[in-house]
Amino acid sequence: MSSGILVFIEHRDGVVSKTSWEAIAAAQSLGSQLQQQVSAVILGSDLDAMAQQIAAYELVKVISANNSKLASYTPDGYTDALEKVVRQLDPQLVIMSHTYLVRDFGPKVAARFGKSLISDCIRAQVADGSITFTRRIFLGKLDADVVSDGAAPVFATFQSGAYRPDQAAKGSGSPVEKQEVEVGEIRMTPEAPFQEVKQAVDLSKAEIIVAIGRGIKSKENIALAEKLAEALGGDIAASRPICDAEWLPIDRQIGSSGQTVAPKLYIALGISGAIQHLVGMKNAGTIVAINKDPEAPIFDIADYGIVGDLFEAVPVLTEEIKKIKGLS
Amino acid sequence: MKIIVLMKQVASKDAILRINKEGTWIEEGDLSFEVNESDGYALEEALRVREKLSGEVIVVSMGPQRAKSVIKDALARGADRAIHVVGDNLAHLTPYAAASALAEAIRAEQPDLIMTGLQSDDYGYAQTGVIIAELLGMPHATIVIEVDASGDKLRVKRELESGWYQWYSMPTPALLTIQSGISQIRYATLKGIMAAKKKEIKEVTPSAEIVSRLSHQQLRRVYLPQKTKQTQFLGNGDAKAGAVALAEKLHVEARIF
Ligand SMILES: Cc1cc2nc3c(=O)[nH]c(=O)nc-3n(C[C@H](O)[C@H](O)[C@H](O)COP(=O)(O)OP(=O)(O)OC[C@H]3O[C@@H](n4cnc5c(N)ncnc54)[C@H](O)[C@@H]3O)c2cc1C
Ligand SMILES: Nc1ncnc2c1ncn2[C@@H]1O[C@H](COP(=O)(O)O)[C@@H](O)[C@H]1O
Repeated sequence: MSSGILVFIEHRDGVVSKTSWEAIAAAQSLGSQLQQQVSAVILGSDLDAMAQQIAAYELVKVISANNSKLASYTPDGYTDALEKVVRQLDPQLVIMSHTYLVRDFGPKVAARFGKSLISDCIRAQVADGSITFTRRIFLGKLDADVVSDGAAPVFATFQSGAYRPDQAAKGSGSPVEKQEVEVGEIRMTPEAPFQEVKQAVDLSKAEIIVAIGRGIKSKENIALAEKLAEALGGDIAASRPICDAEWLPIDRQIGSSGQTVAPKLYIALGISGAIQHLVGMKNAGTIVAINKDPEAPIFDIADYGIVGDLFEAVPVLTEEIKKIKGLS
Repeated sequence: MKIIVLMKQVASKDAILRINKEGTWIEEGDLSFEVNESDGYALEEALRVREKLSGEVIVVSMGPQRAKSVIKDALARGADRAIHVVGDNLAHLTPYAAASALAEAIRAEQPDLIMTGLQSDDYGYAQTGVIIAELLGMPHATIVIEVDASGDKLRVKRELESGWYQWYSMPTPALLTIQSGISQIRYATLKGIMAAKKKEIKEVTPSAEIVSRLSHQQLRRVYLPQKTKQTQFLGNGDAKAGAVALAEKLHVEARIF
């Protein structure tokens, strides 16, 4: 009979990823509500130090699954290894963080069990021994409650930020179970990860950022936002679609695949507020959103909001700021 | 090189979403639809590979009859032919069931390359492509932003988190999930639109078994997210008045300048 919760630990360059502590927090929270024990699994080839670090958390055990073929991540290697561990442990529930790496191999593991992941959840509630997962759909505009049919194993991934890493509870030292895990043929050959040449624009120290999204409609209209940025003495930035369209260079992009910023003031013009954008700017001091859709998710993190047409609001805002500053 | 591109029709980004009476999905009656964003980039990349290496680009879309508009647009932009997996509720399958139905429709084509978007903008599962690769026994790479298919192995650049990248090589046949922005998307020309009228669109229906057996996750309820932050809304619907009030707030309350 399947039982327990297995939490997947991700690491890079010998360091456990921050999202793994979030995943432990998620698994512990569900574990205590469901009265299920939580184990952790880490995959790789040189894991002893990390396995010890994980063992400090409140877990029944840490499975350290080793194979030299797991020295660098590949979806083939990780899928084979995790499948083996899941079959052997036979848990009710497998918890992972919805990172790029898990997006790459998680669905493949679940498919080996004839199912898909309940992916990118933002919370989970337990009632009468069963879990209701909540996922954001339509790029954050709506929430959806999802239940599984309960047949083990259930695979669920959580969005970064759904649980706090410091919620993960430490214990009195859990046993580490080191094993050699079998891995089949690896078809893909990874090269070393790299960063593009140093970006020309570093927005991480900017005090004021005026960011534009698809609501700006055309490249020509960017001048409008630039005038506002100029009046404020700030920098211009953008959501991904603006950089995808090459209206602004990629070093102006804010979000999970762009820069992370924390200015005093962030003004979002015509940006809907998808999670991949929010992770790059949610720590700004004051957040302003101008959007014609009152339900746009960006308003959920905005201190000040204007529901309306940015083409009406922005010129007036620029003039008013100049007036107050005595510039006009 | 024979390339399959998966394209899904989703609600337009600008559409106002209204939740249906039952609270189980959105009201689709008067909704406008468009192609899923990253799928448009997948098609563009497939067309570019074909232009370099010659071959064929086949568009596959699963959904109700209205999905034909996505297919026709893809044919007008240069795809050679299409397969439409038709059915009213097929857009609501779990990723495993959707992948099973799509894999079934693709298998006999024996493509060298399959390209999908990295995730759908409605359900946002980010899984269908990876599961198809598993079902068809192909290697895959996700979040791809550059493709080099000219060598005897496929070489692709993947986006990792926070500004990191990585190249992978793998043998074909393979499946790639494509990230938005990989290249600039072409528009359909009038000539392309005319030519598309003569291109084949094959309709297939998935086996009932695939559609019915796999409901291991069920959507129970759809609702507006609860707001966690107290936003001060300014202007009461009047954007200009809002702007005047905002300048004042930023000056006096937030003390930005
Ligand atoms: C793996 C991955 C990584 C990603 N990385 C990033 C990233 O780093 N950064 C990023 O930004 N995105 C990223 N994305 C994309 C992200 O999911 C969204 O698609 C994107 O952020 C949407 O950009 P947007 O808000 O500009 O466009 P949309 O979502 O189209 O929103 C446009 C908004 O403008 C409003 N609007 C339209 N006209 C007007 C007007 N006249 N006045 C006022 N408002 C108006 C609309 O109401 C709408 O809310 C990533 C996605 C994935 C899957
Ligand atoms: N009904 C469908 N028809 C065609 N392609 C689809 C369909 N559903 C998913 N896909 C493809 O799979 C990708 C990922 O979808 P998802 O797993 O729902 O996030 C999409 O970008 C499409 O390329």
